[in-house]
Amino acid sequence: MSDKPVVAIAMSGGVDSSVAAALLVEQGYKVIGVMLNLWSEPGSENLNRCCTPDSQAMARQVASILSIPFYVLDARQLFYDAVVKPFIHDYTHNRTPNPCLSCNRQVRWGFLLNYALAAGADFLATGHYARLSQNTDSTYRLSRGVDATKDQSYVLHVLTQEKLAHALFPLGEHTKQEVRQMASKYGLPVANRPDSQDLCFIGASGDYAGFLTKYAPQARNPGPILDRQGNILGQHQGLAFYTIGQRKGLRLAYPAPLYVLEKDLLSNTIVVGPRAQSGSKQFMAENVNWIEGQPPEPAFPASIKIRYTAHDINGTVNLLDGDRFRVEFENLVPDITPGQAAVLYNGDVCLGGGIISDQSM
Amino acid sequence: MIQENQVYLDYAATTPVDPRVMQAMSAYFSQDFGNPSSYHKYGQRAEAALEDARRVIAQCMGCLSGEVIFTSCGTESDNLAMRGAAMLARQQRGANHILITPVEHHAVLHTAQQLSSVYGFELEYLTVDQYGQTTAKDVAAYIRPDTAIVSVIYANNEIGTINPVSEIGALCQSKGILFHTDAVQAAGYLPVDINSLHTDMLSIGAHKFYGPKGIGALYIRRGIAILPAQTGGGQEFGFRAGTQNVPYIVGMAEALRLAQTERDQRISAIKPLRDHLIGTVLELIPDVQLTGHPESRLPNHASFVFKGVDGNALLMMLDVEGFACSSGSACKTGNPEPSDVLTSLGLSADWALGSLRVTLGINTTPAEIDAFLATLPKVVDKVRKIRYILP
Repeated sequence: MSDKPVVAIAMSGGVDSSVAAALLVEQGYKVIGVMLNLWSEPGSENLNRCCTPDSQAMARQVASILSIPFYVLDARQLFYDAVVKPFIHDYTHNRTPNPCLSCNRQVRWGFLLNYALAAGADFLATGHYARLSQNTDSTYRLSRGVDATKDQSYVLHVLTQEKLAHALFPLGEHTKQEVRQMASKYGLPVANRPDSQDLCFIGASGDYAGFLTKYAPQARNPGPILDRQGNILGQHQGLAFYTIGQRKGLRLAYPAPLYVLEKDLLSNTIVVGPRAQSGSKQFMAENVNWIEGQPPEPAFPASIKIRYTAHDINGTVNLLDGDRFRVEFENLVPDITPGQAAVLYNGDVCLGGGIISDQSM
Repeated sequence: MIQENQVYLDYAATTPVDPRVMQAMSAYFSQDFGNPSSYHKYGQRAEAALEDARRVIAQCMGCLSGEVIFTSCGTESDNLAMRGAAMLARQQRGANHILITPVEHHAVLHTAQQLSSVYGFELEYLTVDQYGQTTAKDVAAYIRPDTAIVSVIYANNEIGTINPVSEIGALCQSKGILFHTDAVQAAGYLPVDINSLHTDMLSIGAHKFYGPKGIGALYIRRGIAILPAQTGGGQEFGFRAGTQNVPYIVGMAEALRLAQTERDQRISAIKPLRDHLIGTVLELIPDVQLTGHPESRLPNHASFVFKGVDGNALLMMLDVEGFACSSGSACKTGNPEPSDVLTSLGLSADWALGSLRVTLGINTTPAEIDAFLATLPKVVDKVRKIRYILP
């Protein structure tokens, strides 16, 4: 028995979570390795890239090197219900979802956190690149990881104070390069493993269009592609297969590159146009989470990420009601996509965010 | 609370090697290391040890030395018996029917299924009652002149139920049909006397009774022909080629001898603890069932299902709390499926997924059982509370 705090570390067999586990062991925590078995397409159950037998074997090997126990928990049904089903639903309802958000909200930082705490852990740690600190009033503050190219606070904006109180992100202060070096230093056989990918449940090809065709045949619903003037330029295969801002795969013969500007569910049409026509100066977001539990002000300036990989854009946030906000930009901003999260920052501090619901007001 | 000290309660999975067994084995690694098939004195000493071991095991089984075949484990014994008997029975008398219970160990079950799916045997399952027990009467109802082999597990690994092997064996004998029993789990605590069991073939594996892993034996009644699965140098009377693992065979013989001679004293130490455990669990924890037979079960074996419990999570939490248990069949991959055995007892998935097997050993202490009983109700409660409920 010991008084050292107990940390459950979510392990994927990848370099990040492996090094995170090693750092925790080095820092003197009592560490328990856990891995979730997630849902994959039937017939390719061994292909979920977060939990293949290969990743599991790797995580076991890392746990053995670090002399920590390692357990695999079944979360297949939960993952299907909380992540895959909404993913299909969103795509067939004219949204482009980010399944990592629902996974973090309900699977990792819901189910797994509950398990870890019930099993006697004081904390759940992950290999996310994000920093956690305490404000003077002892509330928790979530900040970007120091490695700007790897920062993952975007997908963690769904966390609440209650959850952050039990969270540890050992990699937040490190760059990816340092992490790879530490993997070698600790003798972990993962230094050169590729990073895990989004859409872990869609098999090796990552072919979400094929996945949708299979699981939501109604998504294949051809309709016209129009320009701003209403001229028919071609035919689309179904709104779900196109994303706002997309240029490739439109198969239109036109003198200049065309981009998807809007998708209209009612008329089943896609509007395309040159890049100069794309974008919006505002959008609405719903299903909002504030890291501190409440918004900073009724209206405030923030730097805003409209996609995981997007650069920050400055704008003004206006609260509409408890669960929604509107963002206004000075200039047209392209690629604002319903279903993606808009995450708000003050410098490096993540204030929270919401899911973009509408960009055409 | 995270415990540093572990209490091992998974003796049905495997056991530590008895120090007396280690002692018996020690001379045969680098001292008397010869190949028992060799001509010289090295070989002769190894062969003497091999044949001594064979005699000891034959004594425990009440059979002839020449009826004991050494294999690499219980699973290999089961494979050799099933495949070897079925193949030859088909060749010699056109027998094409295989009869097993639905609660066999996978070593028998999957072999029989392969014989059916790949080799075209007709596989039929005996019925079992709610305790996973079959009867001679049931075998009588299914057995046919063209039955190649009947296999009934002696004592079940998952649920501990003991089958009336003796009566089933007598019935098969009277019909002239080959009868095999998987005694891998039973050999540690039950007699393996083949004359009272009326069995034609019987499988054991040493690591279930304080012997080393990687060694097993198959009893084959004299005069019975089976097709060898492994061919080569003609060792083991031609039934199983390959240089014998002398130190492990010596260890297995000593371990079986100890298990059989110390049987009564082992049982009288373990069974009261086991009974206390079962009684307390059934009293303290809501929505629990004992799986397997309440009386006709292995004396060190307790197994339960808890309604609405994720068995894997239960095992994890128990392990974190310092208790090493099992769900009944090994699954470390987080892919829980209701086990074949528990499903065949008629348990729904909501019950069958919450299985727990607690198996005691000769060194289990009352204090360990008390500590376990103080922990289990809390852990079951916790697992139930955090369970993911389907929307």
